Amino acid sequence: MTRLLTMKNIVIDGQTGDTWTPIIKGLDLVLDKGEVLGLIGESGAGKSTLGLASMGYTRQGCRITSGSIVFDGMELFDAPESQMRGIRGVRIAYVAQSAAASFNPAHRLIRQYAEGPVQHGLMSTAEAEEKAVATYRQLLLPDPENIGYRFPHQVSGGQLQRAMVAMAMSCQPDIIIFDEPTTALDVTTQIEVLAAIKEITRRFDTAAIYITHDLAVVAQLADRIMVLRYGELVEENDAREMLANPRETYTRDLLAVRSFKKGKINGNSKREVILEVKGVTASYTGEDNVLEAIDLKIRRGRTVALVGESGSGKSTLARVITGLLPPAKGRIVFKGEELPAALKSRRRGELRRLQMIYQMPDTALNPRQKIRKIIGRPLSFYFNYDRKQQERRILELLEQIELPEDYIERYPTELSGGEKQRICIARALAAQPDLIICDEVTSALDQLVAEEILKLLLGLQGKLKVSYLFITHDLATVKAISDEIVVMLNGRIVEKGPKQEILKPPHHEYTELLLSSVPEMDPEWLDSFLKTRAIQGSRISHLPTSTA
Amino acid sequence: MSTAIKTLLSAPISARLGMGMVFITLLAALLAPVIAPYGETEIAADVWMPVSSDHWIGTDNLGRDLFSRLMYGARNTIAIAFLITALSFVIGVVLGFLAATVGGWTDQFLSRCVDILMAFPTLIFALMVLSVVGTSIPALVVVIALLDSTRVYRLSRAVAMDIEVMEFVEAARLRGEGLWWLMRHEILPNAMPPLVAEFGLRFCFVFLFIAALSFLGLGIQPPTADWGSMVRENSGAITFGIYTPLWPAGAIAFLTVGVNLIVDWFLHIASGLED
Amino acid sequence: MMKLAKPEGITALVLKRIGLGLVTLWVISLLIFVGVEALPGDLAEAVLGQSATPETVAAFREELKLDLPPHKRYFAWLGAFIQGDFGNSLANQRPVVDLIGWRFANSLFLAGVTALIAVPVAVLLGILAALYRNTLFDRLISMATLSTISFPEFFVAYILIALLSVQMVIFPSISNINDQMNFWQKLYAIILPCLTLAMVVTAHMMRQTRAAIINILSSPFIEMANLKGLHRLRIVVLHAFPNALSPVINVIALNLAYLVVGVVIVEVVFVYPGLGQLLVDSVSKRDIPVVQASGLIFAATYVLLNLSADVLSIISNPRLRNPR
Repeated sequence: MTRLLTMKNIVIDGQTGDTWTPIIKGLDLVLDKGEVLGLIGESGAGKSTLGLASMGYTRQGCRITSGSIVFDGMELFDAPESQMRGIRGVRIAYVAQSAAASFNPAHRLIRQYAEGPVQHGLMSTAEAEEKAVATYRQLLLPDPENIGYRFPHQVSGGQLQRAMVAMAMSCQPDIIIFDEPTTALDVTTQIEVLAAIKEITRRFDTAAIYITHDLAVVAQLADRIMVLRYGELVEENDAREMLANPRETYTRDLLAVRSFKKGKINGNSKREVILEVKGVTASYTGEDNVLEAIDLKIRRGRTVALVGESGSGKSTLARVITGLLPPAKGRIVFKGEELPAALKSRRRGELRRLQMIYQMPDTALNPRQKIRKIIGRPLSFYFNYDRKQQERRILELLEQIELPEDYIERYPTELSGGEKQRICIARALAAQPDLIICDEVTSALDQLVAEEILKLLLGLQGKLKVSYLFITHDLATVKAISDEIVVMLNGRIVEKGPKQEILKPPHHEYTELLLSSVPEMDPEWLDSFLKTRAIQGSRISHLPTSTA
Repeated sequence: MSTAIKTLLSAPISARLGMGMVFITLLAALLAPVIAPYGETEIAADVWMPVSSDHWIGTDNLGRDLFSRLMYGARNTIAIAFLITALSFVIGVVLGFLAATVGGWTDQFLSRCVDILMAFPTLIFALMVLSVVGTSIPALVVVIALLDSTRVYRLSRAVAMDIEVMEFVEAARLRGEGLWWLMRHEILPNAMPPLVAEFGLRFCFVFLFIAALSFLGLGIQPPTADWGSMVRENSGAITFGIYTPLWPAGAIAFLTVGVNLIVDWFLHIASGLED
Repeated sequence: MMKLAKPEGITALVLKRIGLGLVTLWVISLLIFVGVEALPGDLAEAVLGQSATPETVAAFREELKLDLPPHKRYFAWLGAFIQGDFGNSLANQRPVVDLIGWRFANSLFLAGVTALIAVPVAVLLGILAALYRNTLFDRLISMATLSTISFPEFFVAYILIALLSVQMVIFPSISNINDQMNFWQKLYAIILPCLTLAMVVTAHMMRQTRAAIINILSSPFIEMANLKGLHRLRIVVLHAFPNALSPVINVIALNLAYLVVGVVIVEVVFVYPGLGQLLVDSVSKRDIPVVQASGLIFAATYVLLNLSADVLSIISNPRLRNPR
C-alpha cells in the first residue's frame, strides 16, 4: 500500500546571522489518504516548519537541508519551482493561523477563493464562484451567497477563518495543513471552526495535518498523533491509544495539564473584604457602556476568577479598578476606604496595595533595565529602601519565585517566557500588596510552563495571604485555581458565586455555553456536542455573544 | 560596553569605510590650527594655482592655500552643523516624548503646530527669514534648529508611542511614577537606537543645508572658511577647466557619505533584519 | 474599542485633510507676513541701510504700507495678493507679478521635465531592486543611491559640468533660456540641470519605493499566495502591487515636493531664469515684496503637493476604500 505522503529523515536548519542551527533534527512523517495526523508540541517544537516542509516550502531564513519528501510518488525535495507550483494549493493546501493577515486586503474573498482553481486550470471563474457559495454554506457561514463579495476586513475573525478553510478546499486537495487555526479564537467560535473542519475532511475524505498545542482539540479530529519537542519526535501513536496510555513522561505531562485542583474551601468564613466594586458603569466614549452595573467582592487570601470571552469587559474592569479608566457610575472601595476614581488622584500608599501582572511577559518588562532595577524600583519607590536593603530583599524575592541569585544581574531578554513572568510576579510582590490583578497571565505561555506559574501563584497565596483577581478566558485554569467565579458577557456579570456552585448545574445559559464549549480529552466529545446542538437547535445564534 | 565594542568590530566594509571617513574629517576639524600649513585667510600665492609641493591642492580664487582652508572649513562647518543638530534634537525629543506620554490636548496642540511648520519648505523659510534679519549666525542657528526639530519631533513621538503601549510603561504608571521617570527611565533607553540613527541623518541634512545656504551666499560669510562658500567663491574656475570648486564640494560629499554609511549599518542592526 | 468618528469614512478623511491644507496655507501667509513685522528696530532703515535717506525711507514705507496698523496691512496685502497684485519690486520698481509669472513657468518646466524622467526610472528600479533583493544588482544600486543622496546638489552639478560641458563639450553649462527658443532648444539647454536634479530625486525615490515593496512582500498574504501555487509575476502584479500603490504614491508626491526646493540650488548653479534664482537674488538684495511673493508661491506649491500626497494615499488604500 503506497502512502500519500512519506517524509523521511527531514533535517531543517534555521539561520541566525551567519550560522545555521537545526530546527528539525531528522524526523519522519507519513500520511495516508483520508487520515488526520495531529502534530502536537509547545512553541519552538518545529511543528509549523515540519508542516510547511511537506509542501517543500520553508519560511525566510530556513532551508530543508536533507531528507526525502515523497508525495503521491513524486519526490519534492529539491524539485523545480514549476513542479512545486503544480502541487501547492492544488494537491496540498495550507490554512494559516491568522486569517486576517493571510487574506489580501485589496481583493474580495470570493475572488481569492476562485483564484486557485482558475489559475491551476481546474474550472472557470463562474464555476469556482458557485462552488465557493456551496462551500460557504457547508461551513455554516452566515449569508453564504453574499459573504464572499466582502473584503477581508469587513468580516469577523471566526468567519474569516472558515473562509480560509473554504479557500483551502477550493481545488479539492489531497492534504490540507491546518496551522493552529483556532488558537486565536474564542472558545465558542472555536467550536464552529472545529465542526467545520471535521465536516469537510469527512465529506471529501481529505487527509490533514493538524498542528496545535492543544491536546484536547486535536483529540477531536486526529486519527494519529505525533508529539514534537525541540525538533525531535517524542512519541507517535494512534490518537485514542495515546490519550488512554501515553508512553513518554512529556506526553503524560501534557495530558495532565490543569488536572490539579485547588483544595476545597471550608465554608465561607467571613474574611476581610479587600476590594469591593459597587455599581460600576463605564464607557470609553461616553455613549456606549462597556461595563454595566458591576458588583464584586474580593476577600483576603482568596482568588476570584473573572471569566469571559473577548469583548466581555473583563480587561476594562481591571482598568477601572486600577484607575486608568474612571467609571461613569459607581465606586471602588479598598479595605473599607473609597479609592479616588482616577489614577493621578491616588496616593502612593493606595497604589502600593494594588498590583498588576500582565499577559505578555515580553512587553511587561523593560528590556533595558536589569532585574535588579526592575524589582528594586518598587522597593525604593514605596519603602525608600537603600541599596543594601534593596539587595537583600531582591534576593529574598528571587528565592520566593524560585529563580537563582545571579539573575539579579541579568536583562529580561536573557530570560525565558516563564522566567520573565516570575520576575513580573516578584515585581508585584515587592510592593507587599493586598490584591494582585492577574490579567491573563498564563495565556501566552506554553502549557507546562503555565502550570508551574499557577502552582507558584497558589503557593504564594498560601504563604502571604494575598488576594488575586484572576482574569482569564480559559476555563481549565479557572477550575484549577479559583475560589469564586464571576462570569461576564458584554459588560455585565451573568453569574457569580463560589466555584463549586458555578460549576454545578443549573447554569445561566451563557455559562452553560462556555462550559460546554471547552474541548475535553474525550475523542467523542465534539461529535456528541454537535449532536446535542442539532437536537436543541442552534442555541448559539440567539445569544448576544462576541463575534463569531 | 563590551557588546558595543563587539558590534563595532563586526561591522561590514561599508560601515568601516564610513567610520574611517568620518574619523578623518573630525581629525581635520579638530587639528586644523595645528596641521594646516598656512593661515585661514593668508594669501600665499597666485590665484587658482595648480597642485604643487607648496600647495598640496592648489590655491583658491584669492590665492589662499586651498588645503588649509579645507581644514579650517571642516571645523567651522561641522561645529555649526553639530550645534544646530544638538539643539534641534533636544527640542524635538523632549517635545516628542512629552506629546506621546501625556497625550490628550498637549499632543494635539503640539502635533498641529508641527504639521504646520513642516508644511513649509525649510530652504524657502530660511531664505525668507535671512532676507529680513540678515545673515547672522545666531539667527541661522535658531531658525534652522527650530525647523529641523519638527522632523525630530515626529520621529521621537512615533518611537515613544510605540514604546508607550508596552505594558512595562503602564506598570510604571500604575506604580505612580511621574512624567520625568517615565520619559527618562522607561522610554528613552528603549528609544536610543532609532534616535541615534536619526541624529546621524539630521546631522547630514543640517550639514548639507548650511553648505547650500553658504553656497547661495546667505550662510557663513567670507572670509571665514566654510566649504559651501568656498564652492561659491571658486565656481568661476570651472569654466576655465580648473576644478577647484570640486575640492570643497567633494569634501562635503565625503563627510555626508561617511555618516550615511554608518547610519545605514546602524539602522540595519537596530531593526534586527536578516538579509 | 475604536470606532470611526464620522460615518462617511473616506470622504470625511479626505475633506479633513484638504481643510487642514487650507488652514496651513493661511497660517503660512500669516507667517510670511509676520516674519517681516517681527523685526527689531525700524524695517526701512534696517533694509535700506546706507541708502536710507528720508525720501527712500518714505518710499519704502509707502510701498510696504508700513504706516497702516498691522491687521489692516495684512488683509490689504493678502487681498492684493489674491487679486494678483504682488506689489512692486524694491529693486527696480516693476510690478512683482511681471517678474514672477514667467520665471515660475520656467521653474515648473524644469521640475516637470525632471519629474517625467525621474519618477518612472525610480519606481521601476525600486521594484526591481525589491524583487531581486540582495543580489549584486540590488547591492550596486543601493550603494549608488546612498552616495547620491549624500551629495549636495551643487556637487553633482559641478561634476556633470566638468564631465559633460568642459571635458566633453556636449551640453551647455549655463542654461539661459528665453521665449525665442522652441521647445527642443529649451530642452537642450536644460539637460544638465535636469540631470542633476533627476539624479538626486531618483535616488531618494528609488530607496523609498524599494523599502515599501519589500515591506509588502514580507506580508503573510504574499506567503499565502505563494502557498496557493501562483506564478511569481501574478503575485507581484495582482497581489503586491495594489497594496503597494498607496505607499508608493506617497513617496512620489513627497519627492515632487522635495523637487520644489531642490530646484532653487540648481537654478543658481546653472543660472537658469526661474523663480528659485529670483528668490535667492532678492534675498541678497533684501527686496522684500519679491521675497514675500515668491516665498508664498513656493510654499503654496509645496503644501499642495503634500496635500495631494496624503489624499491620493488615502484614496488608494484598500482598507479605507471599503470600510466595514
